Amino acid sequence: MGRLLTLVERSDEATAEVQRHVDVGAPGACILGITGAPGAGKSTLVGALLRHALGAGHRVAVLAVDPSSPFTRGALLGDRVRMSPGGLPAADVFIRSLATRGQEGGLSHAAQTCAAVLAACGWPWIIVETVGAGQVEVDIAATADITVVVLNPGWGDEIQAHKAGMMEIGDIFVINKADRPGLMDTRRHLELLLSSRGADAPDVSIVETVATGGQGIEALWREVMACKAVLFTRAPSLRRRRRLEHLLGDALDAHVAARMQRLLSSEAGAGAVARLDQGSAHLPELVDELVAAMFQPPDGTKPD
Amino acid sequence: MNEQRRILLAKTGLDGHWRGPSVVAKALRDGGFEVIMIGMTTVDEIVQAALDEDVDLVGLSIGGHVEVAERAVLALREAGIERPVFAGGVVPPWARKRLEAQGVEVYPPGSQLPDIVAAARRLTGLSAAQ
Repeated sequence: MGRLLTLVERSDEATAEVQRHVDVGAPGACILGITGAPGAGKSTLVGALLRHALGAGHRVAVLAVDPSSPFTRGALLGDRVRMSPGGLPAADVFIRSLATRGQEGGLSHAAQTCAAVLAACGWPWIIVETVGAGQVEVDIAATADITVVVLNPGWGDEIQAHKAGMMEIGDIFVINKADRPGLMDTRRHLELLLSSRGADAPDVSIVETVATGGQGIEALWREVMACKAVLFTRAPSLRRRRRLEHLLGDALDAHVAARMQRLLSSEAGAGAVARLDQGSAHLPELVDELVAAMFQPPDGTKPD
Repeated sequence: MNEQRRILLAKTGLDGHWRGPSVVAKALRDGGFEVIMIGMTTVDEIVQAALDEDVDLVGLSIGGHVEVAERAVLALREAGIERPVFAGGVVPPWARKRLEAQGVEVYPPGSQLPDIVAAARRLTGLSAAQ
């Protein structure tokens, strides 16, 4: 499994090869996304959830994403430190640390594919922990079946709660470090936000946890199971289509981006830059030309 | 471009001496490696992490008990992981000999960070220059 994910992470060709052999729709798997600000306690929460789920007899895979340095491409992947399964059966747990490798949006492109591959390989639960995220890193909502947003007491005010982005994607909100001052205010702001969502908005729960001590973890897992029950009974085929649509979009993205890079570093790319430099062409027409060149068939004949 | 190397850094000593491995981890990160840190762990957890994470190199921070490190290397090999292992920490000369007999490169206190990064590059099949 570890080696397989390396291949998926390393090249799009390998990913394509894997995807030819598995059902990426993976109807049985539930992908649980955990996101929130740096230091909110995501890893500790995942560790506690992992131990709880394993203890309850579930098999769980975890993908923990941390940022790569844009300068050296190096990364310190430290989430695993907080996720020791603590003597629970090793065959029931798989933990993989992933670096973002230059992807924005809080997830690596590979994380989305890795999650799909794990799902296709029969892992019933896949927990994906994003990098510490702020407001707009909302990729996770498209990848995950259930999204958990982790906050802390004293976090922002009601203006923050009403801002777009992260606050719109939570299926479950967790107020972690709930033993700290400011809990009631944070809870009130969240409740205000949720109550203003309109009558047909899905039910969103708020759970208070102290992940280091394990408080609230059982309640959180209950909420996750309740969410899953709703998802799996209400229109499972819709859920599958949504996931497939997202995977297709992601695969297309990666493919087009690779073609674009190749084109930019080819003679055509250099020529376009030279023409811009001389002032003999403008950006919009060059874009049209390059896009046309990108989808030219390999034998050189232009499509009609 | 896709040849990103991954290193597992584990502490075999059951003490809280984090400074050494965290300094080494930062140097390796700045050297362009993806460094997966796991804290104080058992031999089984080191093997499991090396398998799940599919690393190219395993680094052990040894806190006095050379036997634990020796068992970790044996367990990695038994699990079919043939990746190189290097070690640092307080390793007396007699212990160093025993680890080197297992094929482990040892970097005792006083080792220079650039030398450790260079060793990581060499052991993972990269050229010496960054």
